[in-house]
Amino acid sequence: MNGTLARYTKKFLAITAAGLLAMSAQAADPIRIGSFLSVTGPASFLGDPELKTLEMYVEKINEEGGVLGRQLELIHYDDAGNASKARNFASRLIRSDRVDIIVGGSTTGATMAAVPLIEQAQIPFISLAGATVITTPVKKWVFKTPQSDRMAAERILTDMESRGLTKIGLISGTGGFGSSGREQTLAVAKEMGNIEVVADETYGGSDTDMTAQLTNIRGADGVQTILNFGFGQGPAIVTRNYAQLSIDLPFYQSHGVASDGFLELAGDSAEGLRLPASPLLVPASLPDSDPQKPIVEAYKSEYEARWNAKVSTFGAYAYDGLMLAVEAIEKAGTTDKAAVRDALENIQGHVGVTGTYNMSADDHNGLTADSFRILEVQNGSWKLVN
Amino acid sequence: MIVKLSEFRLKGLVFLAIVVFALPLFISNPFHYSLATQIALIAGAVVGLNLLVGFAGQISLGHAGFFGLGAYFSAIMTSHYGWSAIPALIVGAFGVGIIAWVVGRPILRLKGHYLSMATLAVGFIIAIILNNEREMTGGPDGMPVPAFDVFGWELSPFGQYSLFGMDISGDLAWYLFAGVVLLVAVWLAQNLIDSPIGRALRSVHGSEVAASVVGVNTTKYKSLVFVISAVYASVMGALYAHFQGFITPAVAGFEFSILLITMVVLGGMGSTIGVIIGAVVLELLPQVLADFQEFEMVLFGLILMLTMIFMPKGLLPTVANFLAKRRSKSAGGDA
Repeated sequence: MNGTLARYTKKFLAITAAGLLAMSAQAADPIRIGSFLSVTGPASFLGDPELKTLEMYVEKINEEGGVLGRQLELIHYDDAGNASKARNFASRLIRSDRVDIIVGGSTTGATMAAVPLIEQAQIPFISLAGATVITTPVKKWVFKTPQSDRMAAERILTDMESRGLTKIGLISGTGGFGSSGREQTLAVAKEMGNIEVVADETYGGSDTDMTAQLTNIRGADGVQTILNFGFGQGPAIVTRNYAQLSIDLPFYQSHGVASDGFLELAGDSAEGLRLPASPLLVPASLPDSDPQKPIVEAYKSEYEARWNAKVSTFGAYAYDGLMLAVEAIEKAGTTDKAAVRDALENIQGHVGVTGTYNMSADDHNGLTADSFRILEVQNGSWKLVN
Repeated sequence: MIVKLSEFRLKGLVFLAIVVFALPLFISNPFHYSLATQIALIAGAVVGLNLLVGFAGQISLGHAGFFGLGAYFSAIMTSHYGWSAIPALIVGAFGVGIIAWVVGRPILRLKGHYLSMATLAVGFIIAIILNNEREMTGGPDGMPVPAFDVFGWELSPFGQYSLFGMDISGDLAWYLFAGVVLLVAVWLAQNLIDSPIGRALRSVHGSEVAASVVGVNTTKYKSLVFVISAVYASVMGALYAHFQGFITPAVAGFEFSILLITMVVLGGMGSTIGVIIGAVVLELLPQVLADFQEFEMVLFGLILMLTMIFMPKGLLPTVANFLAKRRSKSAGGDA
């Protein structure tokens, strides 16, 4: 108890006399990893597993002797999913806590709000949010670990094409995830040329029945398959309605619902649907030749043992972010910000939970659409198809 | 001299000016400047809201809507249409004023809970529009906002400027600018309060029936102050957007509306300096409490609760009352 109090007092003094911190950057000091995450609020399903992951792996790395012989220190704040709070905390991490690298930003809004500041302060930043805009166009100091929604759209449409399905009925949520996914799907379909979106329906975040939209799609001319881009409970309702209407078309969902929770919500009606997902959902069925297999299995069992909770793909983004940061610092041999950034940009063949990262000067994400696995629901559980 | 100053009508403004300009002597961290800038801009909006809530006695639970409208109008005009920031700010404020007038006429006829509900709905509608007009606003993910520019001269928190021969950082420049804006906002509000309009507003607050009996056109004055407070919010919203460089629809959201009204109530309804203190406290608390992360929400709630129980009139009026009482006591003892 005394220790905690002392820590708080120390931290408090550190804020009021931030100038002192500048002088205390010596070799034996810990490497300071900053993070702002949406641990509470509407996006807590992202931030909570991310924070748990960062905490447990920082501990683990420290037990194993740290990085470059120095311990890691995690300094984290909760932005509650609010972009202006995220910006404030990023500012605090950079200017007051003087961290060496930032791994954080659970949502696209929080990430983008902090980006101008980070670019200006010239500090390496690994974002955990999905949207394409974060790394396209490339920003010098900004990297990210999740695949973009564009890659999900590419993966889904390619799988459809391989099954000879070219006329899509699209239904999407009007939230940030759904509407961005809708845009990307339309763009990818246009580029691929042979895929045609014959119906384009949307639903609101709190809608409880989508039979009207699905009936429209079923009636669309020549429709061969249905794709739902959405998040939260909407996609589960779409799935139930799809089963109730006994629509006999192949059904696709997005990576937004790739979790065991979705299977529970959708029940039997999810049978046969396909979606792109992280290999984290099916570690056991990965072939032994897959380089990701040991890492995925280790992350899953360590996380579940430590927190007694189901592992989530969002936590894996934080795992990959932290490990990329560690590899970059080790390669650079220093915490000098420019050197770490250069090392990050040159990371090749880094095997993570989400995929294998090959960074380059014009790709600060480093993943390809192939890092998504196509899963199918069979007998109430995920089955690896491809 | 001090006695004279304490009787001066605008003594609060003088006090505020001293605080604003003395602050850079005590802080030098850019993070602190950036916090202080935000507080000054939000405090400006709260001063406007206080005119409506503290003086006219009307409530608005949707004020963030006007703040957000100002912010987004300026953001959209400067980034999509190449407008300069000042005309965008002025046209935006004018437009928001008209919107406030149009919606204010009917809803200000409502009283008590019904008025709260109506203003709440206005805020919600604005937030929903900002969320859904993806093409323009970027939707829930938000949109970037260009730096604030005045006749081709840019004010960016990342720039370097020289003022009276001194080199100052962009953060400090923004802080000084926001401080001056806040002072102007307070000066205008103070003059309005001390004018016949201000007296009419206070009479509406005291008793609307009595006010209309003695010939105050209550509907007119209520709409007027509603428009003025919305314009305050819009201007501050626009500046806030340019300062932040990135906005999401949360700036127009329900939570922010509640935060604004809490600042008014906590600081002291009807006290211009009091509500600024309310803004300072509510903006700084989350930063101070961030170190007690697990207990942040609990402590935040506890502080608000205790303040409301023991200081129901708000921070500043309670403290001022207390000091005045002590002074009169000690004066009585001397005699």
